[in-house]
Parts: sequence; C-alpha cells; structure tokens
Amino acid sequence: MRTEAAELVFDEATKVYPGREGAAVDHLSLTVPAGEICVLVGPSGGGKTTALKLVNRLIPLTGGDIRIDGTSILEQDVVQLRRSIGYVIQQVGLFPHITVEGNIGTVPRLYRRPRGWIKERSVELLELVGLDQSYAKRFPAQLSGGERQRVGLARALAANPPLMLMDEPFGAIDPIVRARLQDEFLRLQQEIRKTVVFVTHDVDEAIKVGDRIAILREGGRLAQYDTPQRILEHPADEFVAEFVGRDRALKALALHTLAELELSPATQEGLPRLPADTSLRDALALLVAERRDALLVVDADGTPLGVATRENLLR
Amino acid sequence: MTGPRLAAGGPVIPNFGHGTACLRHNHWFCPSWVREHWGDILQPALLQHLELTAIAVGIGFGIAFLLALVGFRWRFADPPLGAVTDLLYTIPSLALFQLLVPVTGLTVTTIEVALVSYTLFVLYRNIVAGLRAVPAEVLEAARGMGLTRAQTFLRVELPLAAPAILAGVRVATVSTISIATVAALVISYGLGAPIFEALQQPDIFRTELLSAGALAILLALAADTVLALLQRTLTPWSRL
Repeated sequence: MRTEAAELVFDEATKVYPGREGAAVDHLSLTVPAGEICVLVGPSGGGKTTALKLVNRLIPLTGGDIRIDGTSILEQDVVQLRRSIGYVIQQVGLFPHITVEGNIGTVPRLYRRPRGWIKERSVELLELVGLDQSYAKRFPAQLSGGERQRVGLARALAANPPLMLMDEPFGAIDPIVRARLQDEFLRLQQEIRKTVVFVTHDVDEAIKVGDRIAILREGGRLAQYDTPQRILEHPADEFVAEFVGRDRALKALALHTLAELELSPATQEGLPRLPADTSLRDALALLVAERRDALLVVDADGTPLGVATRENLLR
Repeated sequence: MTGPRLAAGGPVIPNFGHGTACLRHNHWFCPSWVREHWGDILQPALLQHLELTAIAVGIGFGIAFLLALVGFRWRFADPPLGAVTDLLYTIPSLALFQLLVPVTGLTVTTIEVALVSYTLFVLYRNIVAGLRAVPAEVLEAARGMGLTRAQTFLRVELPLAAPAILAGVRVATVSTISIATVAALVISYGLGAPIFEALQQPDIFRTELLSAGALAILLALAADTVLALLQRTLTPWSRL
C-alpha cells in the first residue's frame, strides 16, 4: 500500500457512449498535483461524474489515458486499482448489514489485514472524522445523514489510499451540516494531504473546497482549470463568468482575509472592530450594514493592528 | 344417526376398543390412549412428518437457490423460471400425488417430489426478490471499493437478501408441514397416516384424529417460531 499522495493526470481522456451524440467527456487534459484538491464543477451534462468514474474505471475510457503517479490506469488490475483509490459517493452506500466498524474495515479486510489492526484503524478513523468510539458498533440505520457521510469518508480512508474520488459527497446533506462537514474535511485534508478529485454542482462549494477548480461545460469540454481566485478574477470566457455568477467579485473577496491587507495606523476612535481572520467579504458586509467607511482590525487578543478602509477592501 | 347403534351397545373400534370408558364412548380426547400409543403411533408419525418436511424444504431450497442464481444473473431467464415454479404451485396436491404414482410408485419419493415442487415457488420468488432489492448505491460502493463480483455476491448481496430468503423458508416450511399430511393418501407416512386411519374408523376415532391433527398444528407453530428466531438472530440489522 502506498501512503503518500499521488499525482493524477488526465491525458486527452475521452468517453463516448455508443449511440449517443457527442462525447460525455471530451479530450480532458489536466494535472492534479499530489496532495491537492481538484474540484470538478459544471452544469449537469458536463460530464463531471463521468470524468470521476473514469479514474477508477467504473466507466471505461474510450480514448486517451489517465495516469496515477505516472502509471496508466489501463495497465493496472481493475480490482487492485479500485482498492488503492478511496471512493465516496453522495448516497454513501454503507453496507446496512454490518456495523460502522465493519464498514470501515471493508478494504483492509480485502487486503487481509489482521482483526486487531482493523479495530485500531477504525478507532483512529472515527476520531479523525469526528465521531465518538461508541459509533463503532452501530448499524448504518442508526446514524443521521451527516454521520453516515463521515463513516463513508472514514471507510474510503481506511486503507490509506494516495488518491480519493468524492462524488458530491455533501450533496444530500442539509446546508448547516454541509458547511460543518466542508470545514472538517478541509481541516482533515491539512492532516492527511491526499490527492482529491471532488465533484460538485455547487460553485460556492467548489470555491471553498478546491485548491484548483476544473469547470466543465456541456459535452464534457474543459472550460477553465485554475485556482478559485484566478477563475473568479479572470474567467476564461463568457460561459465561465456566467457560471460562477454575477457576484464573482464578492466571491473573490471571500477568499481573502483582513490579515492580508496593508493597514493604516489607527487614528480614529469608535470604529467597528473585526478580528484579522475575517474574510474581506464579511468585512465589506459589515461596512455596508453599518454605513461606515473604515474598520479597526484586531488580533485574537483584541489588540488593534490597524485600520482598513473601504478602498483598502475593494482594491 | 348414531343413536340406535349407540343404544345397541356402542361403536366397535377394532384395534383400540378394549380400553377405557373414554375410548368406548369415543370421547374427543382420551389421555390414556395417547400415553399408550405415543411410542408406537404418534411419535413415529411426528418424526416421519418432520423428516418429510426437512428433506422437502432442504432439497427445494437447493433447487430454488440454483434457479434463483440463474434468474438473478440472467434477467431474461427470470420470467420463464418464475412461470414454471408458479405452474407447479397451482397443481392441486392430490392431483399431483396421483400424477406421480405411475412414475415413482406408492413411495416416499412420490411424496417428496410433490412437496419439493410446492416449495419452489415461494423460495424462488423470495430469493430473487431479495437479491434484486439490494440498493444500487450499496452495489456501486462495493464495486468502487474493489470487491470482485463473487465478493460482492457473498459479502453484500446474499447477506442483504437474507431476511427475504429466510421469510421464504418460513412460508415454505409451514406450508410443507400442512401439505405433507395429505401425503398419507399415497403411503402411510407422517402425521397424515393416523389422521386418515382415524377417519376410516366406522365412527371416526376422535382421540387419534385430534391428537395427530394437534401434533401437525404444533409442529407448524414450532417450526415457524424456530425460523423466526433464527431470522432475528442472523439479521439483527434488519429490524432497525
């Protein structure tokens, strides 16, 4: 079992369904550097999920190639390939007849890991995904939607795969829990540093989660592949600009915090105070709501760091 | 109708007539007779009945399982297989016993062939339905994680179909216990034998009829309970 993250390369990857006009995925070429999260996003019919399933060969390629750490997926045994890739789907697909611990141990059992190893691993993974040990002996039917998805994530991580495929993992979860799962997933990723391909139809989720975003348009063609910031600030064309939304400038502000600004010395009294890790978007919202032109940036202890003006924020 | 004959000295019950007042008056239940003939009539019949049922359900399950594998794997085979088991099920049991006698004679084999053919319908349907009912996302997860086709079947599809399969076994067992009593028309075997024997007495031997009938009912209830407990134990997750 490899444990480091792997580089993933789509090389002119193409999927054409017989009897259907046009391609589902059309000569897709992009590289996901090891340890980064690549979000595939786009309208329905853009082939996001198809592109994802090409990687673990749930859908066979009809042209081009996909390489994981330089090795073509076509050269590997399909069962071995799938076992070496973590797979998370929207409906989770936990096995209803076995416990949480049993579900987490699925792939390690295929690798004939000893029972004790699997038990320890499941303890470790439950903690990693933020579930109490008491969950180990429960059946999936006894879990909430959010808890099931956490277990699904733990199960995908069990064999420590260098690459994770996540197909709208938080798509069926209510917005509040979804935001929390996104945050926890990002914190988790700081620790485990997997290469992740993440499919969503939600632009905001893509911007929040992705190190890079690939926007696919109808017919499975790549419209733009870039960092969230570059996509928001320099959309490649009308389609991308339209897709990310008219409020893309605001979305771009959400990617930065007050800490990144050049602040001017504090001279005025009575300014609204905000911590330095507040996003520029939230800071601007506060200025608009309070009809102010400037605010005082403070650090975690409340010590003033300087003043940010409206011009500062919108620069 | 029986009045004058009773007045003339009561019914004569050939093999059992030299007993107690209870027997002479042909009461519904004479415990002394049951005690006396438990060993030579009732217990052997009960064990034969159990044996008839176990063999029929066992063989029936084996055949139905193989057929269900075919019908599950190749969808086009399901309707014809289902139709055949359905057809067997619709033949009245008496007619089927008589149809088989020229082929297999007045033997236990005749009974078993008929009983087995009756189990196929419910077993086949339940096994196929259970396997088909496995949720698509569970199968996709299994495939995506790298389970082979055989592993998916043995570790996922079969256990998830278990509640439906066991439910089929329960129905098949209970109905086989009931149909097997009719088998005594072909050969004196099982709990049907004492029942028919009692019915053939000039005035119906009530104690024998009642005790053998009650044993058949108790056997059915006991089998159902045991299988229900087995189902609960084997598939604790299915009740959540």
